[in-house]
Amino acid sequence: MTDEPKFALAPFFGEGRREFIEHIPHVKRLGMEVLYVGPYTARIKLPFREELIGDPVRRVVFGGVITTLLDHASGLAVSASLPEFRAIATLDLRIDYLRAAVPDRDLIGESVCYKVTHHVAFIRASAWDDSPDDPFATCHASFMLGANPGENAIARAIRKSVEEPS
Amino acid sequence: MRGVEALAHIPYARFLGVHVEEGEHGLVCVLPFRDDLVGNVVLPAIHGGVVGAFLELTALVAALTVADSDRVPKPITFSVDYLRSAGPRDTRGRAEVVKRGRRIANVRVLAWQDDPAKPVAAGIGNFLL
Repeated sequence: MTDEPKFALAPFFGEGRREFIEHIPHVKRLGMEVLYVGPYTARIKLPFREELIGDPVRRVVFGGVITTLLDHASGLAVSASLPEFRAIATLDLRIDYLRAAVPDRDLIGESVCYKVTHHVAFIRASAWDDSPDDPFATCHASFMLGANPGENAIARAIRKSVEEPS
Repeated sequence: MRGVEALAHIPYARFLGVHVEEGEHGLVCVLPFRDDLVGNVVLPAIHGGVVGAFLELTALVAALTVADSDRVPKPITFSVDYLRSAGPRDTRGRAEVVKRGRRIANVRVLAWQDDPAKPVAAGIGNFLL
């Protein structure tokens, strides 16, 4: 008999949850949308906006914006891997920019947490504008678990959503 | 000073409110704190993505200062180490071009808040000039 893995975030698994955005000021400001959260994984959409452009001639979104998209998807994927909520913190994150993102297209970022140890979670992620088979960026990241004694920020955002429904 | 001028033409730099100061040891980029930069309301702390983007922007300014053309250098790889949480305060960053090759500039960057000896994040990246 094998034990089914239990996830603290399980009640919130599924498509289009607003709880993960509404009480996190910066991702709300960027207009991000959570498309899907499930065991070990999260997929987020960042709608194209002129103010996110980094290269005005080519109208390409600034690379660092992709960092925010994938860091956030990764934090969510790590939280979606834990049996109980713990505070997490990005330890390091490396992005390869494979090509320019196409202007005026929504950016999709997906993170998968492929290994969780006692203290660290490991992530691979990618971002695309058309097809997941043709990403414009790939990413590896690691997260500290129990980085500080505080509450998991995702857990707090969910709690706030319950307390103050929008 | 082309890097400084270019910053004004990059919409995302304006969105973050990043500006450049002439420091004792060269150019220093400044990210003024704003409530809508927060990613962790528990601590509170600036969103890790914003810290990473600010490092990349600071590195880009340094890459622009060694570029021959006015084209914005394209990032190829960028790597960020998060050393401390970035609190609700202004953040400063300084970058150094480690190597300017024929096509590629390798740039190292450090960001701090109150004390440059206590960096909040370090980055290194390769840019196509």
